[in-house]
Amino acid sequence: MGMTITEKILADHAGEKFVEPGQFVNVKLDLVLANDITGPVAIKEFKKLNTPQVFNREKIALVPDHFTPNKDIQSAQQAKELREFAKEQELTNYFEVGEMGIEHALLPEKGLVLPGDLVIGADSHTCTYGALGAFSTGVGSTDLAAGMALGETWLMVPESIKFVFKGKLKPWVSGKDLILYTIGQIGVDGALYKAMEFTGEAIEELSMDGRFTMTNMAIEAGAKNGIIAPDEKTIAYVRERAKRPYKVFSSDPDAKYAQIFEFDASDIEPQVAFPHSPANTKPISEAAGIPIDQAVIGSCTNGRIEDLRITAQILKGKKVSPYTRLIIIPGTQEIYRQAVKEGLVEIFLDAGAVVSTPTCGPCLGGHMGILAEGEKCIATTNRKFRGRMGHVTSEIYLASPAVAAASAVKGRIAAPEEVR
Amino acid sequence: MNLKGKAWKFGNDIDTDVIIPARYLNTSDPAELAKHCMEDIDANFSRKVEKGDLIIAGDNFGCGSSREHAPISIKAAGVSCIIAKSFARIFFRNAINIGLPILICPEAAEKIAEGDQVEVDLAAGSIKNLTKNEVYQAQPFPPFMQEIISAGGLIPYVDQKRREKS
Repeated sequence: MGMTITEKILADHAGEKFVEPGQFVNVKLDLVLANDITGPVAIKEFKKLNTPQVFNREKIALVPDHFTPNKDIQSAQQAKELREFAKEQELTNYFEVGEMGIEHALLPEKGLVLPGDLVIGADSHTCTYGALGAFSTGVGSTDLAAGMALGETWLMVPESIKFVFKGKLKPWVSGKDLILYTIGQIGVDGALYKAMEFTGEAIEELSMDGRFTMTNMAIEAGAKNGIIAPDEKTIAYVRERAKRPYKVFSSDPDAKYAQIFEFDASDIEPQVAFPHSPANTKPISEAAGIPIDQAVIGSCTNGRIEDLRITAQILKGKKVSPYTRLIIIPGTQEIYRQAVKEGLVEIFLDAGAVVSTPTCGPCLGGHMGILAEGEKCIATTNRKFRGRMGHVTSEIYLASPAVAAASAVKGRIAAPEEVR
Repeated sequence: MNLKGKAWKFGNDIDTDVIIPARYLNTSDPAELAKHCMEDIDANFSRKVEKGDLIIAGDNFGCGSSREHAPISIKAAGVSCIIAKSFARIFFRNAINIGLPILICPEAAEKIAEGDQVEVDLAAGSIKNLTKNEVYQAQPFPPFMQEIISAGGLIPYVDQKRREKS
């Protein structure tokens, strides 16, 4: 009987020839990740184990990205705990402010996650790496502590849901629109405990950046992981980054799926997810006109170079609407540097946007763009629970960089065509 | 282990941001986190909840972030058990790992009303509604997870496992 790509990666790491949904497996870990919020809790639990050393000092990544550069004394304390643990354990993958980026943009860029890998991270958006054809999933700090000590963890093999996107994308439609549309169709628990496998002509058409955006948001439908089988684009991306061998897996033609959805991508407009659920999605034609106070372009979902290029395409020669703030956050130092080189940052500054150092910052209501009572924000981030970005009465609308940039110019939710 | 207290009801898709907002994540001190437990959905929850009380919720409880601060804040607030129709997967693992009892029981989640007195026999998975004089049966955990639960969480479990190996 055939297996899905997710089942194959789990079997490979469990030392089994065959696994099936519902089965519990003990799997070897290729990378274990934590940040400045989840790391300190994991370190505290790790120390309870009386293990002098982590299982492999090259397979732990610590990235202080959430409240950094430190937003207050307590956050500074947490970042310090991370730094001291990295020093003490001589970890090779600790990234200090100045070289760090938003973890899920940074690790693929550094070649630390490769096709066929199995990764756990104490951050729910760890599912991002599925775009590389890896199995990756979010866990809590205690699971992470055990992972750092043992180099393995237990997982239940998930059922898979296949999403086939046929046809070509309309202008300005991106990976963000496809994933928002999908979550709108299946709901915030539509893929609970399951693997979301994305395939079809429109997925092949997406760049790696667009694919990362899609797998990043699998958790917003409750999924355990999101995954896209590697193709030439994937291999081209990892070829210049990989420092070790990797394995390419794909689903068998007779693999079993819990459900199969077929969407015609050429019917999908740019999407906007309304407060307070990512499943509350509407096409831009039904969303335009809502006034906004702030726009945020960045995050582990949409802070990559393609996102900044699209933003610049919209903003070139335009101005951000009066009394509206546009905050642009490149995902990593490398993306930041590239945006400077290509002249994108100048376009942003000319438009009246601010450009921040890489940080998760406003996405989770940390810093760098907190909302006041009743304010509305359009963001390219992934989540918009009540009060997430600030005051409990503030509202977040999720969209692509093209829609967020056009909205910043208009001071209200706007379609890219209204500006370009 | 028998757990007993008053029921506090919540709806579907209770996310980790309302359980413990990110503005309080610059600490991982359980007592500090407990003060802000459920703050963005019920500002007075941490003052009203008493030791032993239970949270009764709908589908997908604990969706969103992987922050273990969420089950930690609930446990430190004095909640003895969460009964829901379903849990988000990371929250589910986190709760078991830190030794916060949780049960999946759609019937109990439907029938228990806010303020009902509830008693749970964790080993048997049986839930008694003392106010309504009803009994509901939760789904049993797989044996694998039972071991983690009976060890008192993941860290004692791993410790035990490593000692067996050496």
